[in-house]
Amino acid sequence: MTRLKALNKSTRNNIIVLGIILVIYVICRILMAAGAMSNLMQGLLVPLCYYSILAISLNLTVGILGELSLGHAGFMCIGAFMGAFFTKCTENSISNVFIRYGIAMLLGAVCAALFGGLIGVVVLRLRGDYLAIVTLAFGEIVKNIINALYVGIDNKGLHISLQDAAALKLAEGGEVIVNGAKGITGTSRDTTFTVAILMLILVYFIIVNLINSRSGRAIMAIRDNRIAAESVGIDITRFKLLAFTISAAMAGIAGVLYSHNISSLVATPKNFGYNMSIMILVFVVLGGVGNIRGSIVAAVILTLLPEYLRFLADYRMLIYAVVLIVMMIFNWNPACIAWRKNHPIKGVLQSVIKKKEGSASGKEGGKAS
Amino acid sequence: MEMLTVKNLGISFGGLRAVDSFNITIEKGELYGLIGPNGAGKTTVFNLLTGVYKPDAGIITLDGKNITGLSTIEINKSGIARTFQNIRLFKALSVLDNVKIGLHNEYRYSTLAGVLRLPSYIKKEKQMNEKAMDILKVFDLDKEAHLLSSNLPYGKQRKLEIARALATNPKLLLLDEPAAGMNPSETEELMKTITLIRKKYDVTILLIEHDMKLVAGICEKIFVLNFGMELANGLPGDVLNNPEVIKAYLGE
Repeated sequence: MTRLKALNKSTRNNIIVLGIILVIYVICRILMAAGAMSNLMQGLLVPLCYYSILAISLNLTVGILGELSLGHAGFMCIGAFMGAFFTKCTENSISNVFIRYGIAMLLGAVCAALFGGLIGVVVLRLRGDYLAIVTLAFGEIVKNIINALYVGIDNKGLHISLQDAAALKLAEGGEVIVNGAKGITGTSRDTTFTVAILMLILVYFIIVNLINSRSGRAIMAIRDNRIAAESVGIDITRFKLLAFTISAAMAGIAGVLYSHNISSLVATPKNFGYNMSIMILVFVVLGGVGNIRGSIVAAVILTLLPEYLRFLADYRMLIYAVVLIVMMIFNWNPACIAWRKNHPIKGVLQSVIKKKEGSASGKEGGKAS
Repeated sequence: MEMLTVKNLGISFGGLRAVDSFNITIEKGELYGLIGPNGAGKTTVFNLLTGVYKPDAGIITLDGKNITGLSTIEINKSGIARTFQNIRLFKALSVLDNVKIGLHNEYRYSTLAGVLRLPSYIKKEKQMNEKAMDILKVFDLDKEAHLLSSNLPYGKQRKLEIARALATNPKLLLLDEPAAGMNPSETEELMKTITLIRKKYDVTILLIEHDMKLVAGICEKIFVLNFGMELANGLPGDVLNNPEVIKAYLGE
């Protein structure tokens, strides 16, 4: 414990978060092995991871860089299709799942980063809400182009068309991979809970270590005061671009996880549309803008909630909305903040422990408290 | 030796000639005061010197190097740092981080080294922490190093801004009304700090100030600006007793 205290604060927090994630992972594994976890919950484990990744990566743009992005699902979409496309193409040629999946992951991240960079170069020079407007359009454009995109492969190479599958003019034995609005079907489901958790840990560390480094401080300086940041010699455009590109790349990783968790990948308004981008933004806002750990917690709660409210049938979304409002009030209302300050979780835990120790002589007296 | 030479500097905003044929020569190690009534164009001069505005006439030379028309970032790298009239701190960051951001260009390591926490990250961060704490100690802010900068009292926020500017290792420091809003004892303390940093960091200072006690107390030379033009320039005793200057400040 003393050794833990000697480390610097961010390293200490990293180790604690790593510990918590691993403990949760082990608990889930044990529950699964014991058959104590419902099918619903088992199916949600991977989505929880990629939603968390989406939330923390968007938090880098919204909370740390201080720019509003409304097209995060677009980057996820690019990552998802790029990853699935690669896997589908190389399913027979690369037999090692780890290598194939690893390359797919990298490719998805790089492609999303590329698009993030392209948008950033144009838009991040401007001040104000331009980024929000452009990313909003970008998300919709990506989704619609992919819905009209036909890509096939035969022995001559790739064929691309925006018309229909017949226009690809594939040679005999050729295969249509991206089939317009039908998307990519029959991808192998390579994403496991273990991989998803590993990627979540990786993304978390990339972002947290970035924030606590020289570049991260420069990014936050730009957010807090652009003019002052310039006056101490910080290259505004460069660091804005850096943050936005990394954020896009991480969304791409979430996309690859997503596309390898389902058997047929289709770009619908539901999974890659405007609503999805807003939902990720809701995770960020409710988890606390700029609070990376909070993003994960919010993503987990808000993904599980609608599933566990299913028994309420028609009232489900009503209750969901009420919970959102209550969470918002609890997070941001001055009175609630004051109450939380007077009743910190640490203090409550300590008082519980003290009570337990005090009533240790009485049988399990402390547990009730 | 001349640190800063400005010749015929001028800028117009629409039909208003905000600064016109501004000439100043500041010797190395000097403490120069720039005064003038409200709206005289003092802050505009600062903005011209730091590249916030591009002058439409004139030449600015810093330590023998022509810096006219360079960007704010390049000018800072050439050796001019400034503070602002309305405090501009990085409010959501700690006092220490504010100063470390000032060290941004002096201690470098790549983003990748930061993300992977390579040895260069650990080494440079340690050096940065030490250097930043050294600077904070000079300003008597070392005990508040881990506080949020926005939680500092007003006088200390002003000091922190100077500390941050000093962290960029400037040859010339521009202070825009460093004593604005301070009470007499805080001003007194600030004067001591300014004298101290001049000695310790061997820095040349140009400051804008309305507090005549401070100006007369520490400035070695004074430049008076009125309607964008030079009104007087010289030693404090001469300038502050100049009837033209008194007229400009108090009216007839």
